[in-house]
Amino acid sequence: MTNAFSKMLAARDWILADGATGTNLFNMGLESGDAPEMWNDQHPDRIELLYKQAVDAGSDLFLTNSFGGNAARLKLHGAAKRARELSRISAEIGREVADRYDRPVIVAGSVGPTGEIMAPMGALTHELAVEIFHEQAEGLKEGGADVLWLETISAPEEYKAAAEAFKLANMPWCGTMSFDTAGRTMMGLTSADMATMVDKLGNPPLAYGANCGVGASDLLRTVLGFVAQGSERPIIAKGNAGIPKYHDGHIHYDGTPELMAEYAILARDAGATIIGGCCGTMPEHLSKMREALETRPRGERPTLDQITGALGAFSSAADGTGDDTPEPRRNRRRRA
Amino acid sequence: MSDQEDDIILSELDNEELVQQMFDDLYDGLKEEIEEGVNILLERGWQPYQVLTEALVGGMTIVGKDFRDGILFVPEVLLAANAMKGGMAILKPLLAETGAPRVGKMVIGTVKGDIHDIGKNLVSMMMEGAGFEVVDLGINNPVEKYLEALETEAPDILGMSALLTTTMPYMKVVIDTLIEQGKRDDYVVLVGGAPLNEEFGKAIGADAYCRDAAVAVETAKDFMARKHNKLAAG
Repeated sequence: MTNAFSKMLAARDWILADGATGTNLFNMGLESGDAPEMWNDQHPDRIELLYKQAVDAGSDLFLTNSFGGNAARLKLHGAAKRARELSRISAEIGREVADRYDRPVIVAGSVGPTGEIMAPMGALTHELAVEIFHEQAEGLKEGGADVLWLETISAPEEYKAAAEAFKLANMPWCGTMSFDTAGRTMMGLTSADMATMVDKLGNPPLAYGANCGVGASDLLRTVLGFVAQGSERPIIAKGNAGIPKYHDGHIHYDGTPELMAEYAILARDAGATIIGGCCGTMPEHLSKMREALETRPRGERPTLDQITGALGAFSSAADGTGDDTPEPRRNRRRRA
Repeated sequence: MSDQEDDIILSELDNEELVQQMFDDLYDGLKEEIEEGVNILLERGWQPYQVLTEALVGGMTIVGKDFRDGILFVPEVLLAANAMKGGMAILKPLLAETGAPRVGKMVIGTVKGDIHDIGKNLVSMMMEGAGFEVVDLGINNPVEKYLEALETEAPDILGMSALLTTTMPYMKVVIDTLIEQGKRDDYVVLVGGAPLNEEFGKAIGADAYCRDAAVAVETAKDFMARKHNKLAAG
């Protein structure tokens, strides 16, 4: 299947994705606790500006304002029934912005987690998860998204449910997980586990990778973990611009544009093809990242020491992929 | 190791072995085995409070440590907490009857706009596992809801959780409202959630940021001890 995104992937050495959605919308006046997706309908001008700022700063691809636009999340705001509509509008605004440029710009329909725990641990069944993701996927497709973009997933079951849903919508997709707990996802998945899982999917993504998590250093360690599995599938790196700090009523991420430029180069050299930011990554970060990717020559794959030297320490000593994983404190009972 | 170890008969173990086995079974999230273990200890004349602290809290402390150290992850901890809940269900009415000492009380909830309650649920379960009384307000709590619960429940601790960049500043809204109403010092305020850090906790005026559920329990115990010392001295 050819589409605008796979064409870009084939033609380019690297692709610059976008930065933060939430952090940017706060700066435009979003109140804490409110659903950003409501703005697709209430303030389309601000959403348009959000997209435009990313593309003007050099992004080849941006994510739609639909991260929480699934029925499970919108339920909180009494808008579960608007999942398809709000997702559609987020993509429509995106399509309109992307088509204004004379270079190719990809509209990636953001799909975030349901926020629920899947069965058997939790209440969300596989069937219902597929239905929730499918509904949102159809909305994003109707709105003109080029590709669906699953992000910030922790549970492999949820990733698989989305893959199935995107097949039903007959849409190409990419999917990233968030490695925020001792180098693994909250559910304990390592980077190596994810690479293995992705390769076994019936409807695999065009690209896979990591987003959000804890800082830029951790994210690159995760990328190296993917690369070590030897898959040919393009890798996505969308890390946060440092860690959040609170100043005068605002959340501010401490990563500078210069640091994110270093991060972008290291991400490319580590083996990532699609490089962007996540929380705290503003247009000024993206400009520096673009400039660095365009002007600095490709280098050797960085070592862990080079990553921490340039971007700061990891949040945990290990990430579950080496042999230095700590031992459990209790014996496991042997079951007959 | 031989296959004979597959069949462990809990009632044949002495007290010390049984408690050790219950630590293992909590670690593995085996609810029925935990319930059986609790009943056996009660039958042998243990006080409910002793069963709670030595077997259940002891076992959950180990689970908490391995969660903190990145050895166990959310699925295993949920299973362990579920097993503990099975044991607690047996002990709770007995604890009330026997007038067991009260460790402390906590009101906890995820802030407005945030549906993510996995971390909050873990904290609730681990706090209960440590003997605290927990009032769980669930997800998506506006400031009014917190205030109402603080009024009616009169807890020692207020716990707030947020998992999104878009919802974490709401914790400050709640704390600021408490300050305005002159109630801030009536409670220990603990905050947590993936995007947070210690500095953020300080900046918004919380008493402490707790990195995970295990740290939350340690911090809560610490603050309760300080409170008791203060009362004793005062």
